[in-house]
Formats: sequence, structure tokens, C-alpha cells
Amino acid sequence: MADAADFIQETLPDGSEIVRFSGNLAIASIGDLDARLHALPDSVAQIDLADVTHIDTVGAWLVYRTAQKHDAKITNADKDAARLIEAVSGVDDSAPVAPVHVSSLNRFLGEVGMGVVVAFTTLLHFLGFVGQVVKASAILMLNPGRFRWHSVVQHFDMVGVRALGIIGLMSFLIGIVIAQQGAVQLRQFGAEVFTINLIGRLTFRELGILMTAIMVAGRSGSAFAAQIGTMKITEEIDAMRTIGVVPAEALVVPRVIAAVIMMPLLGIFASLMSIIGGGLLCWIILEIPPDTFIIRLREVTPMTDFWIGMIKAPVFGAIIAMAGCFQGMQVEGNSEQVGLKTTAAVVQAIFLVIVLDAFFAVFFSEIGWD
Amino acid sequence: MADGNIISVQGLCNSFGDQIIHKDLNLDVRQGEILGVVGGSGTGKSVLMRSIIGLQEPTAGDIHVFGEEMIGKEEDEATDVRRRWGVLFQGGALFSTLTVAENVQVPLREFYPDFSSDLLEEIARYKIHLSGLPPEAAHKYPSELSGGMRKRAGLARALAMDPELLFLDEPTAGLDPIGAANFDNLTRNLKETLGLTVFLITHDLDTLYAICDRVAVLADHKVIAIGPIEDLLATDHPWIKEYFSGPRGRAARRGHAKRVDK
Repeated sequence: MADAADFIQETLPDGSEIVRFSGNLAIASIGDLDARLHALPDSVAQIDLADVTHIDTVGAWLVYRTAQKHDAKITNADKDAARLIEAVSGVDDSAPVAPVHVSSLNRFLGEVGMGVVVAFTTLLHFLGFVGQVVKASAILMLNPGRFRWHSVVQHFDMVGVRALGIIGLMSFLIGIVIAQQGAVQLRQFGAEVFTINLIGRLTFRELGILMTAIMVAGRSGSAFAAQIGTMKITEEIDAMRTIGVVPAEALVVPRVIAAVIMMPLLGIFASLMSIIGGGLLCWIILEIPPDTFIIRLREVTPMTDFWIGMIKAPVFGAIIAMAGCFQGMQVEGNSEQVGLKTTAAVVQAIFLVIVLDAFFAVFFSEIGWD
Repeated sequence: MADGNIISVQGLCNSFGDQIIHKDLNLDVRQGEILGVVGGSGTGKSVLMRSIIGLQEPTAGDIHVFGEEMIGKEEDEATDVRRRWGVLFQGGALFSTLTVAENVQVPLREFYPDFSSDLLEEIARYKIHLSGLPPEAAHKYPSELSGGMRKRAGLARALAMDPELLFLDEPTAGLDPIGAANFDNLTRNLKETLGLTVFLITHDLDTLYAICDRVAVLADHKVIAIGPIEDLLATDHPWIKEYFSGPRGRAARRGHAKRVDK
């Protein structure tokens, strides 16, 4: 394979040009031959292959292409060369390899249009999906025997138990941050003791639940989308339908129920860990002993704060699970879709959770739970 | 390679935990032949192929491809050998986010980054043509193709580097009989046109009769028989007897005899 492919150009007595190829016309040794062949003058009338030692399909293609372009005659092709040139000929040159290029304005308009269409169809599909889940839940309530307890318990484990470590650590650290920042700011007014108000109220009312929801969306919402999306690609969901299993009953309802039940429990746990973190910092920095901290906490944190958190948590859980399962069901075609839909599930879940959280904040203030 | 063997496997052992797949397996693949590999499910046909192409480190044994020892080879030296073969996986294993033409260009771009994109497109186009796909398949995504077309697209990618050796893992599985017969013809024609050596794992008796020069039978952790089908029919190993003389085996044989008569 040492001899690189090459060609020389000669002028024949009758004035026409001949191209003589030599060496190993193979993919590994053609080098810059392609570019040089493009630069040949139009007057080439003959291509000679007498000095070619070896040829593969890439070499045959270059010879064939050059011959076609100049309408030249191929001479002295040995049996291998003739066979390969025959094999690569007959390709339809006009078929585009890449999708047709469109102007940037057209593409922009097209993308805007597609965006609008996708937004509306997604909304429509989501409504249909919610309807399916409600219907499936109603059927399961009427036929409790069909309820998949095993699957629900398994998701309790995945969504709840296995999240305890990371959610506990995160909440503990957030409690410390709230307490530390509160202490620094409130000290300027000599009102350090209000740090406890800050920790107690913020934790139960807002941050404990919100941070838990974000963590559950990242951990479990994404997992739901990826699991269901992969099942969609491997035709497992089609198989379920054929067997007579309703995917909404078997896949979606257990996940939603697991998330709805686990979110409040994780929320309480997260709030407690925040309080412990905050209390620890108060003890160390503000020298408030734990028993004083707890007495003060019970004085300043109304029970309604706890209930607000407990009302929000299951709603957030339902939203996260529904967004995850819905996006998983939207997967079609290839593996890239699984990634895209998983991202979409997390982004949508967190966005919706924060929008609803704002709504809840206004609502509970209006009804006097402040 | 002086002895004309493209692949030479000696004393190959493979095991997963306690489960022994291969024990002291020997196999030679000769230059320019289509070797069919058959065996019951779980006899390690795919493991054998994966061992040869380096996706699976064997427990023991020697594997020579193009006369070069493949076991324990440095990664970049192994790459030099790898570019001389093409592999068609069972499901096609096309990259689902790339079009067929882009799939064919992947190995070319990897090994020859200097090729102009025009040339890459031309090469992809004629490889797709060689694989018997219509030109409009070039810019389709694998999910838009039928099973048979996906196999052909996988074959086009396997042929991208003008390999000397082609590995096919159950190429006709899941194809209708007409599609399977067409694929067999394609394999035979490509082998003759491009001068390929083909290592073919199959369950398809028609394929064995139609295109294989020799057949290797895997059982009892090794190759128990290898040779042209006529020779295998003469052996009295129970599995081989049952395989070739069962109802399907007899039907394939009759079909083959008829085609030969014509």
C-alpha cells in the first residue's frame, strides 16, 4: 500500500488530453487527488488506468466521476477496475444527501410557525393526558383490585426513601444559610432574635416545600420521563396496549400517587432538617440554646404555616409526576428525543411549581393565613 | 496470512462467571469465502463475533485477523486493523440522530478528516446505491426506514471504508422471505464485486444454502464441524442432523435444489 495514487496529464498527437492514473487508487492513499481532479481542464478525452496497481470503490468512483464530467473514455481498466466502476455507476447524482437548504428568513418564519403549532398541540395533548389519568384513576377507584400496589410501593422507595439523604443534606444547609444571613442582617437592628421567626416561617411556608419540589423534579420527574420515554421507543408501551393493559393505569397513576403521597412527607422532613440547621447556627453564632429556640419557634410560627406547606406539597407532587409522565409519553422515534423530553419534563415541572407557588402565596395571604 | 486465512482463532475460551461459552474453540476463515456460522441459541455465535472484533476480551486464546494478533494489542494499532473490516449489527445499530448518508460518513470522517464534504457526500451516495437503497433514502432518519432498509443502511455504513472483511450478524432475521432472498443476493454480489471475505452469523437455512461457501457449526462450546453443507450433511452429530434434516432444513434443501436445476 506504499505507492500513493497519482495521475499525470499528457497531450496526445491529435490535441486531446489524456489522464494517466498510477499507483494504489484506494481510500487510504488517494490524498488530495479529489481536489486535483476537480481542477482538470475540459479538454480531457481519455482516462488511462494501465499503471494502476490496486483500486477500490473510492478510486473507482473518482475515475467514474471524472469520466462522466469530461465525457472521457476509460481505457486499460483491468477486470477489478471495470467491475468496480460498473458497480458505482448508475448512482442518481441529483438526490440531495443533506436536507434541502432554505433561506434564513424562511427558516425563522417556519420555526416560529412550528413553535406555535407545537405549543397548541402540546397543550391539547396535555389536556388529553390529564383526562386519561383522571379516567384511569376513576376506574381504579371503582375496581380497587386492579390497583398496582406493588408499583406504588416501589415508587415510594424511589421517590421518597432514596431521596432522604440528598434532601436532608440540602435542607440542613439551606437552614444554615437562612439563619446565617438573617443573623447578619438583623444584627444591624439589634433584632437577632427574629432570626428564629425567619427560619420557622420561611421553612414551613415556602422554602422547605419549594426546594423539595425542585429536588424531586430533578430526581424523579426526569426519571419518570426517561423511563417512560425509553419504554415508548422499545415498543413496550405498544405491547402493553395490545395485551390490554392501559399505560395510564399501569405507569402513570402509580407514579402520580407515589409523588403525591411522598411530597408532603419529604416536605416535613426537609423543613425539620432546615430547622435543625438553623437552630444549630443560632446556638453557635447567636448563642440561643436549643430549648429557647424551640419555645420561641412554637410562639412565632402559626400552625397555618404548616398547613400551607402541606396543602401545596401534594399539588406540586402531582404536577411533577404528571409533567414527567406526559413528556415521557411524548417521546417518538430516536434516543435524542428521550434526552430532550427529559429536559422538558424537569424545566416544565419546576416552572409550573414556581408559578403555582406564587399563586398560592397570594391566595393564602388573601384568606388571612399570614 | 500466508496460509490464506483472514481470521484465525485458536484455543478461544470465553466464560461469564460460572457459565462457559467457549472452550478451546478453533476457527479459520479463508480469504474470499462466505463463512456461515450456525448454532443453537446460547452457543455463543455473537460472543464469538464480538471476541474477534474486539468488543469482548476472551478469557484465553489467540485471535489473528489479517495475520495480526488482536489480543492485547494497543488501541491505536487495533484501530489500524479495525478500519479494514466492516460490521453489520443485528438491529443495524444506526445512529438514530443522523441521516443514513451521515451514518455512512461517520467512519470516513473519523479516519479521513481531510476529505472534502463534497467527496464524502459522493461516497455516501454511491455506497447507498451499492447497498441497494433508493437515492431518496440518503437523507432519511433510521426511524423513517423499514426494517429491511435499515439493514441495508447498516450495510452501507459497514462498507463505508471499503473493508476487506465483513461481519454480518443475522442479516436476514426479521425480513420477509423476498427481502431476505434479496439481501442474500446483495451479499453475494457485493462479495464478488468488492472481493470481500464474509463472516456471517445466521439462523436462516435458505441463506446457508444460497450463498455460504462453508458453514461452521457451534455446539458444546466449540466448532464441532466446518465445511460445505454437503459435507456437514454426511456427519452424524445429532444436532447437525436435526438442524439440516428437520422439516425446515429439508424444505430449504429442496428449494435450493430447484433453483440449481433452473
